[in-house]
Amino acid sequence: MHAGSPRVVLDDDALRRTVVRVAHEIVEKNADLTDVCLVGIYTRGVLLADRLRAAIAAASGTMVDVGALDIAFYRDDVTARAADGRQPVVHSTRLDFPIDGRTVVLVDDVLYTGRTIRAAIDALLDYGRPGRIQLAVLVDRGHRELPIRADYVGKNLPTSPQDRVFVTLAGHDAADAITVVGRA
Amino acid sequence: MDDLRRHLIAIGDLDREGIERILETAASFESVQEREVKKVPTLRGRTVVNVFFESSTRTSSSFELAAKRLSADVMSLKASGSSVDKGESLKDTIQTLSAYGPDVVVIRHAAIGAALKTTGYTNAHVVNAGDGKHQHPTQCLLDLYTIREALGRLDGVQVAIVGDVLHSRVARSNIQGLLAVGAQVLLVGPPTLIPRGIEATGVRVSHEIGDIATADVVYVLRMQSERMAEGANYVPSLREYTERWGVTSSRVSPRQIVMHPGPMNRGVEIGADLADSNQSLILRQVQAGLVTRMAVLYDLVTRPYRDTAERPAVEVAA
Repeated sequence: MHAGSPRVVLDDDALRRTVVRVAHEIVEKNADLTDVCLVGIYTRGVLLADRLRAAIAAASGTMVDVGALDIAFYRDDVTARAADGRQPVVHSTRLDFPIDGRTVVLVDDVLYTGRTIRAAIDALLDYGRPGRIQLAVLVDRGHRELPIRADYVGKNLPTSPQDRVFVTLAGHDAADAITVVGRA
Repeated sequence: MDDLRRHLIAIGDLDREGIERILETAASFESVQEREVKKVPTLRGRTVVNVFFESSTRTSSSFELAAKRLSADVMSLKASGSSVDKGESLKDTIQTLSAYGPDVVVIRHAAIGAALKTTGYTNAHVVNAGDGKHQHPTQCLLDLYTIREALGRLDGVQVAIVGDVLHSRVARSNIQGLLAVGAQVLLVGPPTLIPRGIEATGVRVSHEIGDIATADVVYVLRMQSERMAEGANYVPSLREYTERWGVTSSRVSPRQIVMHPGPMNRGVEIGADLADSNQSLILRQVQAGLVTRMAVLYDLVTRPYRDTAERPAVEVAA
């Protein structure tokens, strides 16, 4: 791949099927779905959590609770972000159901270093004491910096650290797609 | 010259986008206040120094709690009981405290320009918590937050600011801040307490209390007797002031909301029963002060500065 050429690794149809498969895996792994709640991490994890919820309902007939989590206040690099010249937008965390003792499935688009998930777990624990935390991601691109792994992976995507992975989702972006832009 | 975007000295340091960003951040801190664990680790390992050369209840307590809720280490210094009593100057006090390497210095002082001056004595971000009758930017932000929460918008909202505008830093900051976000401002009070020519800023002025009738928000200012020059007669008497410009239940309609920055002179500028009524947002303002100041501290520490690298270090003497 030559420099800067975008490569679509998952188009809208493949992405939709992937979400359905992950939803089935969540249903299969959790016998009691009333015990399960989905918590999306801003921004695209929130959209994915909503889609997973719909897919879980279609597969099982159960509408699971869904919440949204902002991890800005739990980052380990609150100032590092400032280098790109943009101030991060802070969203409001929305968890209007108890999480104590329940199975919380964290939902995010891309799993990379694992630092976002570390922050999300810390944030979640300040809201209560879940019985179990699982992790669902659309893409696992490797290069972990922390000992974190996903329970549900939409697509394993071998990348180089120089690559950039873009997940676009209709509702926030123009269309559904996962795109890789190589830099080397 | 120090990069002033590192600091919050006057509300004018923020553009509309900056104001709205801070209000959004403050809103996201609300959900933190509803949890059992009311603390986030955002400013862990950082230090906030509060230096209050002038008395304060709300501002100093909310800055202290805000910093603590963000997990920062907080030092709060009040002038009385400190070496300021022994005659230590602003410069020496700030330089001494800066030797501890704080990330943020919050300062209140009776002299106009004290906060700006402070930026020259420390490498920390400086937040003005009130300098004389000049500015009180975090009060403005918490008031904007409160209005937006109550009415759902700021653009086009009509705000009547009533009373001693002349001596009020709250009024100065609020006029600028309200105009910046698209609100309309009417100043109401005795001619002696409204700065001459202030219409040039884009506000309207009236000396008739009845003109507050069209406002969505009636913002009552405290009569600042302590800032009035000795022997000056701005009003014949407080009783007469109350008679003509006191905001009482009979002068506001139930659809209006009433605010006051505190501390109140009950029965002088505001009726005691009105202050305690449902349409009064005075205690809500105090709650908003906490999340807004959390947002200000967060915003300053995380705000990007293009030229930080070239910024000359301020020499700090111990």
